[in-house]
Amino acid sequence: MSKSSVPISSTQRGNVSVHDLKPITPLGAADPRVDNVGPLTLTEVTSVALASVAARLGSEEATRKTLGELIGAEAPAPSRHTGDMLLAFWTGPDQWMVEAPIATHEDLAHRLVAAFGSTASVTEQTDAWCRFDLKGDDYPAVLERLCAIDLGNWQGGEVQRTTIDHLGCFVLARDARTLSVIGPRSSAGSLHHALITACRSVF
Amino acid sequence: MSDKNRLNGGLIERNRPMSFTFDGKRYSGYAGDTLASALLANGVRLMGRSFKYHRPRGPLTAGSEEPNAIVELRGGARKEPNTRATTAELFDGLSANSQNRFPSLKWDAMAINDRLSTFFAAGFYYKTFMWPAAFWEKLYEPMIRRAAGLGTLSHEPDPDCYDKGFLHCDVLIIGAGPAGLAAALTAGESGARVILADEDFLLGGRLNAETGLLADEDGVAWAAQAVARLRSMPNVRVMPRSTVIGAFDHGVYGMVERVSDHVAEPAAGKPRQILWRIYSKRAILSAGATERPIVFENNDRPGIMLASAMRSYANRWAATPGKAVAVFTNNDDGHRTAADLHAKGVKVTVIDTRPDAGVSPDYEILSGAQVIDTKGRLGLKSVDVQLSSGGTRTLFVDGLGVSGGWNPNVHMTCHQRGRPQWEETLCAFVPGGTMPTGLIPAGAAIGAFSTHAALNSGQDTAATALGDLGLTVTRPDLPSAEDAPVRVASFWHVKGAKRAWVDQQNDVTAKDVKLAHQENFTSVEHLKRYTTLGMATDQGKTSNIAGLAIMAEVTGKQIPEVGTTMFRPPYTPTAIGVLAGRSRDKDFRPVRKTPSHYWAEEQGAVFVEVGMWLRAQWFPKPGETHWRESVDREVLQTRKSVGVCDCTTLGKIDVQGADAAEFLNKIYANGFAKLAVGKTRYGLMLREDGIAMDDGTAGRLAEDHFVVTTTTANAVPVFRHMEFIRQCLYPDMDVQLISTTEAWAQYAVAGPNSRKLLQKIVDPEFDISNEGFPFMACGEITVCGGLRARLFRISFSGELAFEIAVPTRYGDALMRRLMKEGKEFDVTPYGTEALSVMRIEKGHAAGNELNGTTSAFNLGMGRMVSKKKDSIGSTLSERPGLNEEDALKLVGFKPVNAEHKVPAGAHLMTKGTPVDAAHDQGYITSACYSPNLGCHIGIGYLKSGDTRLGEVVRLVSPLTGVDHDVEVVSAHFVDPEGERLRA
Repeated sequence: MSKSSVPISSTQRGNVSVHDLKPITPLGAADPRVDNVGPLTLTEVTSVALASVAARLGSEEATRKTLGELIGAEAPAPSRHTGDMLLAFWTGPDQWMVEAPIATHEDLAHRLVAAFGSTASVTEQTDAWCRFDLKGDDYPAVLERLCAIDLGNWQGGEVQRTTIDHLGCFVLARDARTLSVIGPRSSAGSLHHALITACRSVF
Repeated sequence: MSDKNRLNGGLIERNRPMSFTFDGKRYSGYAGDTLASALLANGVRLMGRSFKYHRPRGPLTAGSEEPNAIVELRGGARKEPNTRATTAELFDGLSANSQNRFPSLKWDAMAINDRLSTFFAAGFYYKTFMWPAAFWEKLYEPMIRRAAGLGTLSHEPDPDCYDKGFLHCDVLIIGAGPAGLAAALTAGESGARVILADEDFLLGGRLNAETGLLADEDGVAWAAQAVARLRSMPNVRVMPRSTVIGAFDHGVYGMVERVSDHVAEPAAGKPRQILWRIYSKRAILSAGATERPIVFENNDRPGIMLASAMRSYANRWAATPGKAVAVFTNNDDGHRTAADLHAKGVKVTVIDTRPDAGVSPDYEILSGAQVIDTKGRLGLKSVDVQLSSGGTRTLFVDGLGVSGGWNPNVHMTCHQRGRPQWEETLCAFVPGGTMPTGLIPAGAAIGAFSTHAALNSGQDTAATALGDLGLTVTRPDLPSAEDAPVRVASFWHVKGAKRAWVDQQNDVTAKDVKLAHQENFTSVEHLKRYTTLGMATDQGKTSNIAGLAIMAEVTGKQIPEVGTTMFRPPYTPTAIGVLAGRSRDKDFRPVRKTPSHYWAEEQGAVFVEVGMWLRAQWFPKPGETHWRESVDREVLQTRKSVGVCDCTTLGKIDVQGADAAEFLNKIYANGFAKLAVGKTRYGLMLREDGIAMDDGTAGRLAEDHFVVTTTTANAVPVFRHMEFIRQCLYPDMDVQLISTTEAWAQYAVAGPNSRKLLQKIVDPEFDISNEGFPFMACGEITVCGGLRARLFRISFSGELAFEIAVPTRYGDALMRRLMKEGKEFDVTPYGTEALSVMRIEKGHAAGNELNGTTSAFNLGMGRMVSKKKDSIGSTLSERPGLNEEDALKLVGFKPVNAEHKVPAGAHLMTKGTPVDAAHDQGYITSACYSPNLGCHIGIGYLKSGDTRLGEVVRLVSPLTGVDHDVEVVSAHFVDPEGERLRA
């Protein structure tokens, strides 16, 4: 994202835009949704900014190095996620998705463009996705009604792309009690329905 | 009547009595009963009427292979026909009704068919109901339709819900009899991830139905203790009431778990059944074996059943068909039934075909004898026996157990076209040929019939599987068990029978098999389809082999020469609902909602499905009663002042990299390498064969950054196409792609006041005047005080127009702001209908014109295909077939009579020529009522259309009676010079 045919002054005033448009959640509400089913909680997460990073030809090493510096760990290998305030997960050969808190990194894509320069292609992805976190010890019993991921083999730090009710999603095991399902934003309603129905089916 | 045939013992829970009804009459049974066992205990043997001849029938078996005792279970919307009473678990309040009889089971008017059986022999419908032809649809078809089929549907939507699920394991064990339990214990103790599945609600297989199988302990107790041990292992998942229905590719199995069929109604939110997809590394088919009957005269009366079923009813369910029974057998195993029934106080006589059948202190054995007839229409009364001496004897019995030997359950080994092989010593087929990947049969399924053999086969097979997976094998101790040899004499049917039943569910007799041979349908595949042997819901589990044996005899072949037909999933009847899972009604597939969806709902918009998207089609105002009023108004208002349309659904593909422009040159027919930064260009994409594939625009935001748009319908196919080209055709180009369709909310703002409206929201430092932001400009801007946005000056409507994009979560707010700021211009939202009308008025091609058969040349864009560079499809676009003299060309059409419509799909004929395919001149692709022209218009393809402007041609649709004149005009009905666009 850089030059255009019209003069662009700074797109941000400081770190925060002062426009007055109000965002809505993927489910179309003012605030994210929380559902409790038995021992599990299903929480809509709207507090995370996303950006995609794809290494340019010949700059794969440089991209990996920069990404590593940004997340404070080695660039994640296939099916892995790592990081801290900035977290990355593998999405394809020399491709990652980067997550950061929206409160402090609303302009994540802009910052990554500055960091990677011409070594990688970056796009804003925050609003392309919706996210629901399943919290509780028993989420494997729910996930097995939804997709073919073999959670029994997961040790921690895994991410996998899969299909849930015909929707292409990323599933990440954040920790032993938290699973994130990241799906296409426009189908948030259908994805939420699939998740909550599976929860109610099991519990 | 109640409990008159109940015996002592059994595995039923006598402290849990249950009440149920059958054909409206109330009975009682116990937890652990099946519907069939409870009915037998109540003295009820008559449970159904056969398919063709409506002969009175009772249960032949005690399992899922049942052909006769099929009933309608439950009532109302949950009524399910063709349910096997032999596997239906009894629950309190269960209600079942017999089927295929009128008016009642005892007195069925259709039994007349039995008297007319000569006319209903196999293949009768190839020879009857021919004349007169007029009767086919009026009489014969409705008559046969009413008579055909067994149970009836409720005709109400299925109120239950069904889940899908996914399981993973090292070893899937199919069947929890002795072999399966031994395999599961071995695999479980060796630390493998195990799934043990059985279709029954009580695991243990024949251990729960026989006596004396284990030397030092009770088989029932051992089975229960083995299951408890397995349930305690965290690496083992025990799944009763779960039928593995098919062996699919790569070790994937389908399994239906009956979660709620054994209770009156599923609990709220809980599924009735689950279809599990199991990913296994190895699978052990310990599916056991099914006994086969012998074919003889009137071998189908209620009370006649498989000998093993008779002792299952006695041992497991404490029920008997009567106080006096006989057993007809050709092997040692049949004698087990005699011993067990005798032990429960039932009088038994054994009829053994073998001359050396021996003697017993407990019951009489007639050696070298055969059953030649039976009596008792509504229930067995007596059996006529031909003795070895030549004389006959009549036995007065209520039940007859028949044992013709055992057939290993090879079905699943054949699901991927494996063919079983004949084993002479067993007189049966065993698994053979290529197994599905990773599937190993074991136990009775491979002919290891003794309990000792089955247990060890299960353990050895598990050890092999574990070894394959690199696991160390722990072999738990197995109990000592009987190891009786198989002694069977081949005996398939009693000669000279007239009504001797081979397939009881489809009413196929031995005579029918001989008839098939007589008519030269001797191959096993023809035998099956000509007689319908093996084609019923039981898939011939108790009849296939007898049919083969009889055919072998009449053709003078050996049984293996005749062969077997193919077994296919599902192993047992499976509800369509469980295959559908949650994908039904409005949840059939996901819905995609646009960023302005909730706002549009508030406006009362009418929505249309576009693929998975819901798009606003029009926005009716109060007082408008017909969609044309709304659409015409939206079109007129947009062209008069300003309109806003959500076009988020069109694909937006982000293209970056040093070679991004070069890449676009490859995928687009026209040139993009020299497109200036800050400019957009219309692009046409061709398929490799030169046919037009999709069109859109590409905007250059920077030297190395483009946004490519596609049509809504082709967003995914084009992205896939571009990725293929990137990865496979040009891997040395530096280009990266990602979809951003969802990430940005995008709205078209169109009309003479569109700029004025946008100037109220675009931040003041951005100059969007005609000089500052000319036609086809693009750029990154901010709106409403600093929100990042992208602006494109492109027009689909033909008016002065822009498309503005903001991050999707602000789309709702932006639409509301545009409506608020646009009030002073009487802004109108417009939907897909108005969008379509305007683009047709303007003559823009869309999906209807890019229909997979048309080229750039047909579209009038031939010169857009650059000859200066190579691109996908450019070479083949030059082939002669796509460049004929009289090729179709896209033009417009106006009716000569303004009252006439221009139906899309109608064909065009030169005036004075015949109306036929040979003279066809083209067809209308898109049409609408144009409120701007005050008449219907259309665009479409006409041979050499571009040279025929002004000509009047004939518009015809012979199927719908359309035939009137239309004038050939330019497709650009509105603003043909493009002045409004450049304002």
